[in-house]
Amino acid sequence: MIEIKNLSKTFRTNDGLVEALRNVNITIQDGDIYGIIGMSGAGKSTLVRCINMLERPTSGQVLLDGQDMGALSEKELRYVRRNVTMIFQGFNLLMQRTCLGNICFPLELSGVKKADAKKRAIELLEIVGLPDKANAYPAQLSGGQQQRIAIARALATNPKVLLCDEATSALDPKTTHSILELIRDINQKLGITVIIITHQMSVVEEICNRVAILDDGTVVEEGAVSNIFSNPQSMAAKRLVFPDGTDAMQDYSKDGRCIRIVFNGAAAAGSPLISKMAIEKQVVANILAASTKTIGGKVYGNMLLSVPNDEKKLQETLAYLGAVPDVFTEEVVDRD
Amino acid sequence: MIENFFKSAEMMEAIEILKTEFLFATWETLYVTILSTAFAIVLGLPLGVLLVAGDQNGVLPLPKSVMQILGVVINLLRSVPFLILMIMVFPLTRLIVGTAVGTTASIVPLVIAAFPFVARLAESSLREVDPNIIETAQSMGTSPFQIITKVMLPESFPSLISNATIAITTILGYSAMSGIIGGGGLGKIAINYGYYRYKYLVMFAAVILLIVLVQIFQSIGTKLAVRTDKRLKGR
Repeated sequence: MIEIKNLSKTFRTNDGLVEALRNVNITIQDGDIYGIIGMSGAGKSTLVRCINMLERPTSGQVLLDGQDMGALSEKELRYVRRNVTMIFQGFNLLMQRTCLGNICFPLELSGVKKADAKKRAIELLEIVGLPDKANAYPAQLSGGQQQRIAIARALATNPKVLLCDEATSALDPKTTHSILELIRDINQKLGITVIIITHQMSVVEEICNRVAILDDGTVVEEGAVSNIFSNPQSMAAKRLVFPDGTDAMQDYSKDGRCIRIVFNGAAAAGSPLISKMAIEKQVVANILAASTKTIGGKVYGNMLLSVPNDEKKLQETLAYLGAVPDVFTEEVVDRD
Repeated sequence: MIENFFKSAEMMEAIEILKTEFLFATWETLYVTILSTAFAIVLGLPLGVLLVAGDQNGVLPLPKSVMQILGVVINLLRSVPFLILMIMVFPLTRLIVGTAVGTTASIVPLVIAAFPFVARLAESSLREVDPNIIETAQSMGTSPFQIITKVMLPESFPSLISNATIAITTILGYSAMSGIIGGGGLGKIAINYGYYRYKYLVMFAAVILLIVLVQIFQSIGTKLAVRTDKRLKGR
């Protein structure tokens, strides 16, 4: 468990003091894929660097399984950092080392025997799906492949937590998706807690279970991804959920009911889901807002539907859509 | 006419000098250059590392005053003209080598002139290392010393080789000047025969040989830098 308590960070710049983070409080449970989202300059990167003390917070605490990270000496911190590893937007591989050498690097630091390190590195290459790239140099790989090697390197020391700092921001949508899938796999199979820093709502939608929205150095909203999506409260959250400015939650008619549909890789080819539902179930649904995209024949994103105020119809609709593989539905209740 | 030129007494004499003295002179030049470069690197490289690592944003920040003094000392050494420096360091040379004149003695002023230059070259190579890669290494729990030996130096290796090539060719040029204080080599031949005795043919031959040596060093260095740079591996 990671507890961030009353964390603040102030930078001294030539233009005076800049408050990058103000009184941030977040708790991340073991096994979470936790998203921290915000616009550029919101303080996301500073926050993630405070977790492993690459940046020392000005005040507040970061507790990793109850241990105060800020209280550790540099030497102790180096040891703890093997448990909290990190991947970056720019991959940051050692360009003069082979992929195998890169993955062995953190093992070398922790004094693992060369032969054992090599064995582990080969295992990891297998996990990230690049078993044939052991002797390739990073410059010979594509961005997505480089990020896979970076992930393998981050996993080498069997960490408990993986920090991802805009890890997919330099990748195209298809590669982003495959990297996110790998991260989810790692989370599920190895039980590693993942913290994802991003400015892309689509990333949070796709794999996070909880999210904190950071705006101007403070957490303006925090909770389960489904709640934030269905009912964003803060302006920052609304901007992120409906980037085109659709203020759907205000608009939907008072006598209707609202359903949120999350497409999580549902097969798109040749199935006009909403129209089919309208015909088969005679549900007249109105699309209030939609932010979906098709990647490799699969749909990702979410949609807000308004349906007539009829409990039976509503349940039918939820059941109908929910039965489609990789589609998640829930009723959105106006909390106001 | 050309035949006359080649058969002229001047030419015959030049060829005679070429045969008897050039082999040894070339050896002396190589000996002085390579040894001086090696010592200059031994002193200059750690200094270059210190200049980068000791920076306020470096991996091993040193007090600002220490860094400033270091910078001033390096600039001071670099601004003394080599000809003057050679004479200024006579006492030190005598202390180390036992004498202030001669081929081996010329290594001392060469090293003293070259190591601050090498430090600056190393500094520029090391600054090329992507700071994000250093941050990544820190995130993995790397100590400052490990960052220097396992990240900064290996990552900048091709650039260090390029700059070492610049250093060796520059030192080669300087070594020619040490003929003034009795240092041996091609420089001495050029000065003794060309400047003092007006035998220009000999001087030209020495200069051409110096040019050839620079070319050889440069092309070996460039090739090595390219070959060791794994970023240049084809996709």
